[in-house]
Amino acid sequence: MENRFRIDILALILFLSIAIIGIASVYSATSNQGIFTLFEGRSGKQLVWFCASLFFGIVIFLLNANFFELFSIYFYILFMLLLVLVLAIGVDINGARSWIKIGSFSLQPSEFAKYGTSFAVATIISRIGFSFQNKNDILKLAAVTLIPMGLIIIQGDMGSALVFLSFILVFYIEGLTPAIILLGLFMILVFVLTLVYSALYFSIAAILLLFLFYALTYTNKKLLIPSLSIVGFAIVFSMSVQFLFDNFLKEHQQKRIQVTLNLIEDNMGAGYNVNQSKIAIGSGGFSGKGFLNGSHTKGNFIPEQETDFIFCTIGEEGGWVMSSITIALYIGFILRLYYLSSRAKKKYKRIFISSLASIIFFHVLVNIGMTIGIMPVIGIPLPLISYGGSSILAFGLFIFTALKMDATRDRDLESVFT
Amino acid sequence: MRNFRLYYIYAAIIFVGLIYIYRLFQVQVIDDKYALIAEKISLRKQTVYPQRGLIFDRNDKLLVYNDPVYDLMVSVPIKLKGIDTLAFCKLLAIDNEKFDELLSRAKRRSYRGKSVFKKNISNVTYARIQERLYEFKGFFFEIRQDRNYKFNSSAHLLGYLGEVTKKDLSLQKEGYYEQGDFTGKKGVERFYEKQLRGLKGERYFYVDRTGVNKGSYKDGKLDYDPVDGKNISLSIDIDLQQYGEKLLDNKMGSVVAIEPKTGEILSLISSPFYNPANFNIQNRGKYYTRAINDPTKPIFNRAVSAPYPPGSTFKPIMALIGLEDKAISSSTHFNCNGQYRLGKRVIKCHFHPSYTSLKQSIASSCNTYYCHTFKNMMGSSKYKNSEEAYKSWRSYLTSFGLGSKLGTDISGEFKGWLKESSYYDKMHGKDQWNYSRIISLSFGQGELGLTPIQIANAVSIIANRGYYFTPHVIKKIEGMKSIPQQYLVKNYTAISQSNFNPVIQGMQEVTISGTASHIAIDNINIAGKTGTVQNPHGKNHSAYMAFAPVEDPKIAIAVVVEESGYGASWAAPIAHLMIEKYLMSDTLKESSRPNLEKRMMESDLIPYKYKSKIDKSLYGK
Repeated sequence: MENRFRIDILALILFLSIAIIGIASVYSATSNQGIFTLFEGRSGKQLVWFCASLFFGIVIFLLNANFFELFSIYFYILFMLLLVLVLAIGVDINGARSWIKIGSFSLQPSEFAKYGTSFAVATIISRIGFSFQNKNDILKLAAVTLIPMGLIIIQGDMGSALVFLSFILVFYIEGLTPAIILLGLFMILVFVLTLVYSALYFSIAAILLLFLFYALTYTNKKLLIPSLSIVGFAIVFSMSVQFLFDNFLKEHQQKRIQVTLNLIEDNMGAGYNVNQSKIAIGSGGFSGKGFLNGSHTKGNFIPEQETDFIFCTIGEEGGWVMSSITIALYIGFILRLYYLSSRAKKKYKRIFISSLASIIFFHVLVNIGMTIGIMPVIGIPLPLISYGGSSILAFGLFIFTALKMDATRDRDLESVFT
Repeated sequence: MRNFRLYYIYAAIIFVGLIYIYRLFQVQVIDDKYALIAEKISLRKQTVYPQRGLIFDRNDKLLVYNDPVYDLMVSVPIKLKGIDTLAFCKLLAIDNEKFDELLSRAKRRSYRGKSVFKKNISNVTYARIQERLYEFKGFFFEIRQDRNYKFNSSAHLLGYLGEVTKKDLSLQKEGYYEQGDFTGKKGVERFYEKQLRGLKGERYFYVDRTGVNKGSYKDGKLDYDPVDGKNISLSIDIDLQQYGEKLLDNKMGSVVAIEPKTGEILSLISSPFYNPANFNIQNRGKYYTRAINDPTKPIFNRAVSAPYPPGSTFKPIMALIGLEDKAISSSTHFNCNGQYRLGKRVIKCHFHPSYTSLKQSIASSCNTYYCHTFKNMMGSSKYKNSEEAYKSWRSYLTSFGLGSKLGTDISGEFKGWLKESSYYDKMHGKDQWNYSRIISLSFGQGELGLTPIQIANAVSIIANRGYYFTPHVIKKIEGMKSIPQQYLVKNYTAISQSNFNPVIQGMQEVTISGTASHIAIDNINIAGKTGTVQNPHGKNHSAYMAFAPVEDPKIAIAVVVEESGYGASWAAPIAHLMIEKYLMSDTLKESSRPNLEKRMMESDLIPYKYKSKIDKSLYGK
């Protein structure tokens, strides 16, 4: 007889631990706003959303194992429609139209879009005959990921749009040439060098390097053309970065990037959040100031401290020990998810689960990096910890769907196309 | 291939995790600057000021008490989000421009996370704002103790408080004072600052982004309560003091009355005076420049700072020196024909019987007698030359505490003028001068300047027949067994006790048949000496010194009234009225000389040239 509640215990424990840290941190971060118990205010709401996702988790586990695969593309369409809907009837909060208000309850479709897109990505790649060399397949993939990205950019939420870049990791695992990732890293390097030294100096340095390279290897004629084209590309890219940065990014976006690169110091303006966040975390010391005892958290010095900057509360009140435990839990959870994906017998499940792992990784990388000042300020939540009903619920659904897929792996045929 | 790639991903994730944990270790454990910055941002220290000690007079009448002033403070960095500035300005009774000015000043002068927005806010305004302070996040009050006064009296003696200066701050050893603290600047407030101030307390608390108190730091473990200052009692008699001030009203001059047996100052007045309340923290800004610009110098404490030639009041002292140095004896007589001739120079004397005894010379203030005495002393064969004789004469005077500061507890003491012999060497050449050059010193003119307190001390020496305690105004310090030791030391003069009797007899004669006989007081034996001090700039200064009762001296007094006339016309009556007031205060309700009293109180002796420039608001409430 089928045991519907067979579940990967390790992943479940990691999930629950992170969620509990989350509720406690939101409680601490908001306890200064006249909130006295865990069940009031935002921590109370967080708890409700967490319970809701557990409820939906049980529902998911009661569903037929193949339910998601069958309705995959409908899910995708449903969530894309929500993204369109939010543009039509959404409300503006903090300059982004990301929210649909239904009574006292608001929904952020962009949080669910990652979930929906993963179905589509899994469906396309797991189709028989899919290949990264096939233009049609590539176009389809590009379409399903760029559509939500585009819609979310139109909403004005650049951070959430960037999250879709995490699918590149999935593509890489599934066979996309690493050149793409290398190219990406190369472009980031050129981008940074351009902003630090300006396009002109970068170009001069690149040309000088090319001459040096040519002088050293002039006997090898084969290297000339590739090296020439790399440098040429770099210079063109650098010029366009400079142009785009100066002309298309909004001032606050420019400043956020410049602050992260230490090009400007603006502790009262664009750098205020990051500076206060670093102070809060840094003042936590080895073992922290104690739960509910963070003076910086209590004093509301960090804007968005219960949402995007929730890690400050952990860092200040729990110190290095709790910060490290939190990071370790995330890393453990992400690695476990990748492992679950690798043991799936169906390609569809494998891709879906690794999408989840990649998305969580991207969130953690960017969010924590931002609070300690090694990533620019990109407003995306810390999964399961940051306050936000849509985020909690979307990740809950995402995780339970993935765990359900893993739980039923034994009945899947070994995929022929690995 | 897929598995390989997955391993790369695993490696990348673990790498990122380690990098982040390492980075956090750097920020949280290795680098401790953030903890300091965090404290600076959110930890605030509030100083809790103690009650300053109260000041009483010798009869335990309260003179000085505390009056809270409120400083409106603002947390730094200043955030004005959500503050109704219009309502705020209205409460403070300032306009928008003033608000901006105060704000920019507060921004410039922040100190340890806070800054003064507006100082010295009155009780009423404080109450009005305090009610609505919660609306103005980041603003809070600090309460400090200003002074207020029961009597419009004794300003010079009491002194005043002021903020510590940068110099004070850099010179202090214990590090007690902080910028903006009050400290005694003058008078008793300054001399007994350490006893009066108490100890400040401290409270530490956290503030949030808007400066609102978020609870105490470490449950108040570092906090401590203030310790109130000690109360002190002064030796002055406030009734006598106020009476003297009434007598000196509209005159320039001073009165110093000392209890000879103890050196306690019973009264010390310098006129013109000012209302001490006008010089407290809240008001001084308004009155200080007025006081500075007043040509009668109301801040100047004439009683201890102004040197006057003593004039004839010096004669008893000269007589004592003559007796001690054997230049005369108690039975020495000199002829006086209304003048003393010194070559072509003539020193005039007034009309009195010609064959003059020591007693008579004091009673009728004979100049000639003292010229002879001085000449005898300077020409004595005891001394090799005039210089040595002068040195001897000078050392008698220094044993009276003249020529140097007495070391009282009153601000602004001046040592007076009593020249070294080298001064005359410089002026006339070494060994090129003798008694004739300095003869006017013998009757208290010339290069001699005594402050009223020095004269009072000299007369109290005569009353004591040879010793004095350094005059002081402190009587009792709460919690201390005695007043400072230096005021309990008996200082002996170089005059033997027996030599005082003939001089005292002479001084008594002054009030019986002499220059002050017209203002004798019934039932009180007063020994006195009038002085009329030549003043090159205007009318003579009127001077008088006396002690009473002669049998058992309880009060020694010196009075100087500037630019007024004879010693007998102003200084002596004032001194006698005060002696009567002090000695008869228990039995006598009104003065036995009501007309004299009335005339003294109502006479205006301020020279005409100053009249238009006097600012009367200094004296009033």
